[in-house]
Amino acid sequence: MRALLTRDLALALRSGGGFGLSLAFFLIVTMFVPFGVGPSSATLSLIAPGILWIGALLACLLSLDRIFQLDYEDGTLDLLVTSPLPMEGVVAMKALAHWLTTGLPLTLAAPLFGFLLNLPSGGYLWIFLSLLVGTPALSFLGAFGAAITVGLKRGGLLLSLLVLPLYIPTLIFGTQTVVLAAKGLDNQTAFMMLAALSLLTFALIPFAAAFAVRVNLR
Amino acid sequence: MSLWEYANPVRFMRLSDRVLPAVSVLAVVGLAIGLVWGFFFTPDDYKQGATVKIIFLHVPSAMMAINIWGMMLVTSLVWLVRRHHVSALAAKAAAPIGLTMTLIALFTGAIWGEPMWGTYWAWDPRLTSFMILFVFYLGYIALWAAIEDPDTAGDLTSILCLVGSVFALLSRYAVNFWSQGLHQGASLSLDKAQHVDNAFYIPLLFSIAGFILLFVALVLLRTRTEIRLRRISALLTRERQA
Repeated sequence: MRALLTRDLALALRSGGGFGLSLAFFLIVTMFVPFGVGPSSATLSLIAPGILWIGALLACLLSLDRIFQLDYEDGTLDLLVTSPLPMEGVVAMKALAHWLTTGLPLTLAAPLFGFLLNLPSGGYLWIFLSLLVGTPALSFLGAFGAAITVGLKRGGLLLSLLVLPLYIPTLIFGTQTVVLAAKGLDNQTAFMMLAALSLLTFALIPFAAAFAVRVNLR
Repeated sequence: MSLWEYANPVRFMRLSDRVLPAVSVLAVVGLAIGLVWGFFFTPDDYKQGATVKIIFLHVPSAMMAINIWGMMLVTSLVWLVRRHHVSALAAKAAAPIGLTMTLIALFTGAIWGEPMWGTYWAWDPRLTSFMILFVFYLGYIALWAAIEDPDTAGDLTSILCLVGSVFALLSRYAVNFWSQGLHQGASLSLDKAQHVDNAFYIPLLFSIAGFILLFVALVLLRTRTEIRLRRISALLTRERQA
């Protein structure tokens, strides 16, 4: 399993795909928001937590089809299914690799982008923490969507239609964590619910996604 | 004699052929009594005036929108566990009806909301949950449409329905956390004596029964169509191979 993880990481880094691209996408979304709503710093600081979360979510969504698609096309996925490694483990490792190459960089960059959007001073720590805890759930749910659409010719749009509704609870608790902290209120409940959601996806999604991969390769 | 015998498409076709006309007639009667009584022979509410009468469309369609997803969840589980094709096809047949019910609930709610709350739409938890349910239906139907092989489509949509149910439920409570609501509490419940006056309650029950029967009739009809479609494609394949 570790070999699979390092392989996926190496592929992501050396093919020059996901890693930098999703960060660049995140930067552009952040940059476009002031164009859309005007440069007033009061407005920006009000919507900054939501924009950062939505930007991170969309950047994450963009790279989802890479989780299984390339391996499906060159037959690696068939080998993985027939290997003694349980498919659930394979899915978990692939989701983890996806998080390390998209979720983690987005998390690290978010406080910096928050500065651009005039995020209130109480929000910096929490945008970092909430993304750190919440983005793994995005990767795991995304892996489920990717597993369902892997066999389809034009799965891209369908993938976002399937995955985005599943992101709603994560988005709500993630942004609430930051919004409440920025207002100086207690955000314990929101943060704990966010963490609980992530743990739930770790526990459940590998089984559902592995089932979908097996169906698609039948 | 067990329920599972009707998992056999031939038996299902024979039974539904006999049941369908009766259910359809009952649905029309139930809807006619509920809606005509509700619209023309109930008093106006002292606060809401005549607008209250939209309850006879709004409440049943909202109930059906949620319960149809529940029915899809059950039939999806039956397909995954026992692999009865009729079950998967019934889930497929129910989804567009659920989508329509969600739309009816949203639109009648908007029409009701304008005179009562002064707005057609607000980001209220209940309204938002229905919007979310609508998106889940859309994804489910789109997935059925995207996959050619029927067994693969049945498996993948079923697993989507399972995971979707968990997250639709989570969204419903997450949305409560996110915003306070305008919408009143539940109109009907099993454990409380009375929420709505009898003048409205009895025609409402007729209307709900009418909606349920209408749903049963439509699902039977659509499932029969799906079974026939499947049979046609099987016959065509056999012909091509011969």
